Amino acid sequence: MLARVRRALAEVPREGAPGGAGAGEPPLVRDYRRVHGSRTAAETVDLLAENLADYRALVHRSDVGGLPALIGRLLAERGARRVVVPRGLEPGWLAEVGAEVVEDRAEQTARELDAVDSVVTGCAVAIAETGTLVLDAGPDQGRRRITLVPDHHVCVVRVPGQVVGSVPEALPRLVPGRPLTWISGPSATSDIELDRVEGVHGPRTLEVVLVEAAGGGVADGG
Amino acid sequence: MSGTYLGMPAFPRAAAVSTRDAQLRANLTHATHTIRDKRARAVAELDDWAQLRAAGAAVKDRTLRHLDRYLEQLEAAVVAAGGRVHWAADAAEANRIVTELVRETGEREVVKVKSMATQEIGLNEALEKAGIRAYETDLAELIVQLGADLPSHILVPAIHRNRAEIRDIFRREMGRWGRPAPEGLSDAPAELAEAARLHLREKFLTAKVGISGANFMVAETGTLVVVESEGNGRMCLTLPETLISVVGIEKVVPTWQDLEIFLQLLPRSSTAERMNPYTSTWTGTVDGDGPRTFHLVLLDNGRTDTLADTVGRQALRCIRCSACLNVCPVYERAGGHAYGSPYPGPIGAILTPQLRGLAGPLEESLPYASSLCGACYEVCPVAIDIPEVLVHLRERVVEGGPGVRDGARVVLKPAKGHAAERAAMRAAAWAFDHPRVLRRGMRLAARTRRLHPRRLPGPGRAWSQARDLPVVPPESFREWWRRTRGGSSGQPSREQGDTE
Repeated sequence: MLARVRRALAEVPREGAPGGAGAGEPPLVRDYRRVHGSRTAAETVDLLAENLADYRALVHRSDVGGLPALIGRLLAERGARRVVVPRGLEPGWLAEVGAEVVEDRAEQTARELDAVDSVVTGCAVAIAETGTLVLDAGPDQGRRRITLVPDHHVCVVRVPGQVVGSVPEALPRLVPGRPLTWISGPSATSDIELDRVEGVHGPRTLEVVLVEAAGGGVADGG
Repeated sequence: MSGTYLGMPAFPRAAAVSTRDAQLRANLTHATHTIRDKRARAVAELDDWAQLRAAGAAVKDRTLRHLDRYLEQLEAAVVAAGGRVHWAADAAEANRIVTELVRETGEREVVKVKSMATQEIGLNEALEKAGIRAYETDLAELIVQLGADLPSHILVPAIHRNRAEIRDIFRREMGRWGRPAPEGLSDAPAELAEAARLHLREKFLTAKVGISGANFMVAETGTLVVVESEGNGRMCLTLPETLISVVGIEKVVPTWQDLEIFLQLLPRSSTAERMNPYTSTWTGTVDGDGPRTFHLVLLDNGRTDTLADTVGRQALRCIRCSACLNVCPVYERAGGHAYGSPYPGPIGAILTPQLRGLAGPLEESLPYASSLCGACYEVCPVAIDIPEVLVHLRERVVEGGPGVRDGARVVLKPAKGHAAERAAMRAAAWAFDHPRVLRRGMRLAARTRRLHPRRLPGPGRAWSQARDLPVVPPESFREWWRRTRGGSSGQPSREQGDTE
């Protein structure tokens, strides 16, 4: 097939092209923006909250001290009896969880996960302009399936440190070799008359907790 | 199971039927107009859209110009990350490879993520012949599969069905494939989505083999990207033990950084969202997370033939967003099935005849399935000049010429249907070269004007079916000139009097 490709490209000069990104041609013009608009760190976090909410994620704010109570309350309000968590999740976050806590394990089956009500994780990066959370299967995020099979996902974002403005700002912070899941709101479909409906196969309820380092906290805005 | 595109009639015949389907037209008008306005708003949010579009086109062009290099780089990276890479020259070879890979697992069922490449090669039918059942898990693909129907839109294959029709299909068919539709299912979209969730959950939990396509493949890292909304993609990409991805060779992009362009262009162009709900990326296999075995099947199936045409090549930039379908006046009226392939609308009109070659009446008719209004070019996020390629392909249909088919150089013959047109043009050229013949012909036409039919007979009939024949004036310009000398002597003509 490569021979066919080369025959088809007979008109393209091959000599001296070193390969790699440039393939011997001048660098690409990337004159699009790195980020759209200029914002303070706080404004970027506000935009993230706004865009998450626009796609029907439920957004909460907390300081570090209030986080365990908030997580406990969200799970209790949901009526969750079993909660799955990744192994590297800060143990303190679960201090006020009344439900049974199940750890993410390699030998766990999808069917076992199907019997779990909720999942609590951190994230790798959040993108304000698009209202996106990126999970990279890190220690506080776990295997990809734990944020997929349960119907309720509580995701904690450390602000402002984990928040970037745009997609171009997010990619350099991510490691391509890790399996990534970009999440923008709860699962949805536009397949019926091209109209968006929330809730198909992934978690139908996505709750995002924006947690600020101690001292800079804002009360829970619900 | 689902139908087939084989033996589909040429576009005008298929469109003549579909345009009379009032329900279809109402469904399509509603859906395409909804998404059109939303897309415009999503695009307007980014004031650098023009720059992103130009960069997207430039990256794709560069990739295509050095495709061999990037494919080799991709293969090495995927293998280094624990994947296996297979090369398929055509649909039959791809189907053979996938069937064999599924057989090796010992499984008889697979779950599928919506994928244009597997539609194109007819994978489900090939698997069925081998006794393997493929379950489509995208909501719209599920509607199509349960209804034994064909997809009619790139993004929303069941766009031709409205909510009431979908409810009827679910009620009637779900029980035959697995968990039946819930009692008293209404046509509310949320309830229909819930029915699909329940129906497919069992399949996801037990599936051992998943089959997908990919939106992008990154050459430098060996990473594959799937962009989706529902979570069915995540299910198929992470729960099974074996993952097989069938991807067209044009889907490669050189670098990880290049994704910053396409992950901005694609969601806003396709579903008119800032970002689609779920995007998955994976690089080979990961210990303890997701499939243990990963196969990448790289598909040619006419792509290198398309690549050989320096004008038509730009069609391979396509990122399958379907924005061009949603703005096309012809698509809106004719519907997707009339295009006779999984690629309908303006992009299908240039992609199908190139992937398959100008092989028959359907492929020859597709470059004409357009009014050349240019709306498709305007919305295309990678700036494919679809009208330019349409005109280029029309020329190939009428005049023939050199081309590449299955990797071999061929000379295309002019299409048969255009013999009458060519004969008429030759006759006209001859007449214009012989003034006396022209004069007699025009006089004869004027004298017999009352006898002229309103529709042409024979080969001209198709032309006059949708057009009024021009009325021949009682006197030709040449006769009028001879009689009046342009109005300078004798009576001035009425026309001249008006303009003075």
